Amino acid sequence: MFKKFKINHYINYFVIAVALIVFAILSFTGGIDNSTTLLLERIAISIILAVSLSLVVGFLGELSLGHAGFMCIGAYIGGKVSALLAQTGIGDGIGNLIISLIVGAVAAAACGVVVGIPALRLRGDYLAIVTLAFGEIVKTLFQNSSDNSFGGLSGLSTPRYNKTTLFIIAFVVVLLTLAVIQNFIRSKHGRAVTAVRDNEIAARATGINVTKYKIMVFALSAAFAGIAGVIYSFSQNKVMYTHFDYNYSIEILVMVVLGGMGSINGSIISATLLTFFDEKLRLWISQDFSKTQLAQFLTTYVIKGDLAVFKDIIYALVLILIVIYNNSPSLKGLREKLNLKKLLSKLFKRKHDPSKVKDDEARWDVVPTKIEMDEVLSTDVVIDDMGDNSADIGERGGNK
Amino acid sequence: MEVLEFILSVIVNGLSQGGIYAMIAIGYTMVYGIAKLLNFAHGDIIMVAAYTIIVTVNTSMPIGVSLPLSILLSIVICVLLGVAIEKVAYKPLRGASPLAVLITAIGVSYLLQSIAQIIFGTAPKMTAKLDLGAFKLFGVPVKFSAIITLVITVLVMVGLTMFVKKSRTGRAMVAVSEDRGAAQLMGINVNKIITITFIIGSALAALAGFCSIIEAPSVTSTFGSMPGIKAFTAAVIGGIGSIPGAMLGGIMLGIVECIANKIPVIAPYTDAIEFSILIIILLVKPTGFLGKKRREKV
Repeated sequence: MFKKFKINHYINYFVIAVALIVFAILSFTGGIDNSTTLLLERIAISIILAVSLSLVVGFLGELSLGHAGFMCIGAYIGGKVSALLAQTGIGDGIGNLIISLIVGAVAAAACGVVVGIPALRLRGDYLAIVTLAFGEIVKTLFQNSSDNSFGGLSGLSTPRYNKTTLFIIAFVVVLLTLAVIQNFIRSKHGRAVTAVRDNEIAARATGINVTKYKIMVFALSAAFAGIAGVIYSFSQNKVMYTHFDYNYSIEILVMVVLGGMGSINGSIISATLLTFFDEKLRLWISQDFSKTQLAQFLTTYVIKGDLAVFKDIIYALVLILIVIYNNSPSLKGLREKLNLKKLLSKLFKRKHDPSKVKDDEARWDVVPTKIEMDEVLSTDVVIDDMGDNSADIGERGGNK
Repeated sequence: MEVLEFILSVIVNGLSQGGIYAMIAIGYTMVYGIAKLLNFAHGDIIMVAAYTIIVTVNTSMPIGVSLPLSILLSIVICVLLGVAIEKVAYKPLRGASPLAVLITAIGVSYLLQSIAQIIFGTAPKMTAKLDLGAFKLFGVPVKFSAIITLVITVLVMVGLTMFVKKSRTGRAMVAVSEDRGAAQLMGINVNKIITITFIIGSALAALAGFCSIIEAPSVTSTFGSMPGIKAFTAAVIGGIGSIPGAMLGGIMLGIVECIANKIPVIAPYTDAIEFSILIIILLVKPTGFLGKKRREKV
């Protein structure tokens, strides 16, 4: 039955399930406080968003800057459904939650199909700007909705789910998301999607229905973003359109990119860590740091704004430094010297085996994104690669 | 008479708003064409320019001195900032994955916004000294600021077109955007050209900042992001990488925005309409109006 049971494929379920059980027990015995459960809810939402965006960016290789737009649809539609259901006999329990989740997911998936259609004609930056535009359009529509439909400027009031159990449900949804997305990636459909990413023309030539897979991936990714939105609406008393702005889409993208493109586990880890540090850093600055002499000096002489903004500055700096360190061609030597895996293998006297490449892990430097900065970059990188150059010449005589 | 008023105000306001977008879009498109990166921090350079102008104008100097000084100062600061960003954040990543560069650009944009927020706070910073007043043209009130913006836009566009077509540096820029490797072999200093591109882009952003500040003199830390995104869509509509395309796209967007704002029923949906136009245009003509079609490698 388990012909190719690989522990690596299932380790993330185990870790999340164990964490869930531990926290659930703690929560029922009163071991964790309110702020921790709120943080756990946020982490679960971030993980769902990051994993679903990773499907588009890491596996389909298209850049999406409108993920928050799908989440917005889920939050508003799901929130509205739950508010309506709460008035009927169903109440605001688990049944309400499940129906809202399904409706929110379907609504977002439908929009995913709509965005997926331009993806057939556009690629790279152009598609990125279309997704960005989509996110803004969605936000504007909800912003200008009438008061008794979606609340308009004052936001949509939604029932707040039971505080102590919502994070458990959220993590169960995380597990479901992982199950669906990981199985999708490892199925023949997922292989087809990565083939489209690596070379669309070659994939088409081998008989892969590119149209179908592109729309499928956009719809699937949007559906889970919608689910994250519904959970968000259950974790709030009010859904505000301002939450789903362009910066939020970027934040999700940052999680995916920092986790490593095409790595689900990387997305999970970075989503967890970023959300965790985001919260902790905010707390640290507002409680501990604000009492220090430096902070007093800054607030009296330099700063007019809130000290909490320091969090954003640190966040931005860390982001820039990590990306430059990870990607700069001139820092390659340093990176190889400080490679964690190599250091570990040296420590344990294991030989490095280059033939062992994990099958669904894409490497940073070879990730084929469709933002083709085309020939210019390729001359920089593969100037002495005769094979590539001759292919280039041959192609000019071809029929393209 | 009402029709005439409508048309006249759309022409004046649309062209001036479009001129602002065009100036920002040129910065996007030039950097994209030459350095092959989407400079997401471009919108925030406008914000820096706007803060610089407001702070300078709000000092006790007479407006006749402080206004020219503020424009000059904003251009200098923006140029220095643009070059610094290029050297520190983008240059180490030359040759790296485009997505990595994009994320860095986003990081820089975030950084600039937070620094502005921590220095100036979240409340908008305003000035009363930059209200230039209005006059009547055929019974239609026209702001002086719109006329100034129009003049600046025309000057910038003519100057830039001449620069790119006639000067050695300008033609070197075209060469680099066509084929960086070949341009390098012809003895063009690519690094210098990229720096010059950032200088021009940032200076235009500073001018755009000035034009938007005389239109509505109130600045927050996100002052530049919406015009930035819209100018970016303008650049894409015109065909990214093409300077005339950016001008065309910017002015088109400005006029559409102006018309939509004049009709009360659809005015709240202006942003949605603009972005929908972008999507439709891209679906019909995927490379924008004046963009070049790229060959697809097999």
